[in-house]
Amino acid sequence: MRELVAEIGRAGVFAGRILVSLVPQRGSFADLVRQIYSIGGRTVPIVAVGGLFVGLVMSLQGYRTLSTFGASNALGTLLGLTLYRELGPVLTALLFCGRAGSSIAAELGLMRATDQIAALSMMAIDPVRKAVVPRFLAGVVAVPLLTAVFCAFAIFGGYVQAVHVLGIDAGHYWSGLQGSVSLVNDYGQAFTKALVFGAVTSLIATYAGYHAEPTIEGTSRATTQAVVSGSLMVLFLDFLLSALLY
Amino acid sequence: MRFEFGVGAFILMGFACALALAFASTDARGRVGGETYAVTARFSNLGELKLRAPVKVAGVKIGEVSGIRLDPERYDAIVTMQVARAAGELPVDSSASIYTSGLLGERYVGVSPGGDPETLGDGDEIVMTQSAIVLEQLIGKFMFGNAKDLGDKPADSAAPAETKEIP
Repeated sequence: MRELVAEIGRAGVFAGRILVSLVPQRGSFADLVRQIYSIGGRTVPIVAVGGLFVGLVMSLQGYRTLSTFGASNALGTLLGLTLYRELGPVLTALLFCGRAGSSIAAELGLMRATDQIAALSMMAIDPVRKAVVPRFLAGVVAVPLLTAVFCAFAIFGGYVQAVHVLGIDAGHYWSGLQGSVSLVNDYGQAFTKALVFGAVTSLIATYAGYHAEPTIEGTSRATTQAVVSGSLMVLFLDFLLSALLY
Repeated sequence: MRFEFGVGAFILMGFACALALAFASTDARGRVGGETYAVTARFSNLGELKLRAPVKVAGVKIGEVSGIRLDPERYDAIVTMQVARAAGELPVDSSASIYTSGLLGERYVGVSPGGDPETLGDGDEIVMTQSAIVLEQLIGKFMFGNAKDLGDKPADSAAPAETKEIP
């Protein structure tokens, strides 16, 4: 119990250090761009494929439920609302945690284990500013963009399944979306959640990696912690945000 | 160089997806753009009318409900609607009613234009209104009306049954 409280305290101090180091410096933009590529850009394929299949399967399963009420034309509405309010940001954040969070923690853990972080401090370069902040910021930028990619592919997958396989009228599908999905409440909620999830998962991943024990086991533990704590935190915050933003 | 192109492609793709989604799959396009003016109307019962419900003339959306409040003296609901200037001006003797789209659909305000040459301006009130039809009240009236008949019947049917048993 004491250890858990201390852990939360350390994470808070770490978050404070990141916030203080957010002030841009020479060269920090190039670091950020490099990290956006390796964290965000290379996560696009998995998020796109994931979104496509989520759209396909939700369309199929939603049709099964709605057709018992004779309301299968409301499939577009069902898909849009579930996607924006819930599945889009959450599944993207979970995929991001597994794909990018683990690699952030492993990289920082290895930098710690091979004394690169100590070397940076030795050269009077703040390791938080040089190694942590670009990764954190890249996560904050990447997750909302990835959520947009995920939702686009899911809506497209849902469209293909609904219109070309299940035979729902294309007009019903799109008007169901345009008529019932609110730009501010539903669509906005997706990106509010995505922004929070991006910040939290990257914070946990960088924290786990930066504070890893400087051993092989420490690095592997940090990777596991980044994925497990990050995913749990996403699910917990999702409930909290849903209750607040409802 | 390679990753710079990758970053650019990633960011452009993300924003393109977000923009396409906003227009293809949300109500962004249906929002009433351009200049609007406010019109109010009093109703004795709104049913489930909500904020941002559509205001329609002849089934075509011309605006949306922007405010709902209770008149503390007359206990009427006062509904404020933003109507697009582009939809033309409504005559002062127009009437507003609350309808339901479909059997289970959402409530909307339907406006039937009158014939007066004078038109409604910003902040004017539509005087002739018809409240929402609340399904429970209809069912209640129906059941209450029938309950009286049902109450009488057992007495009538019980009496002949007894007379039959006597002989």
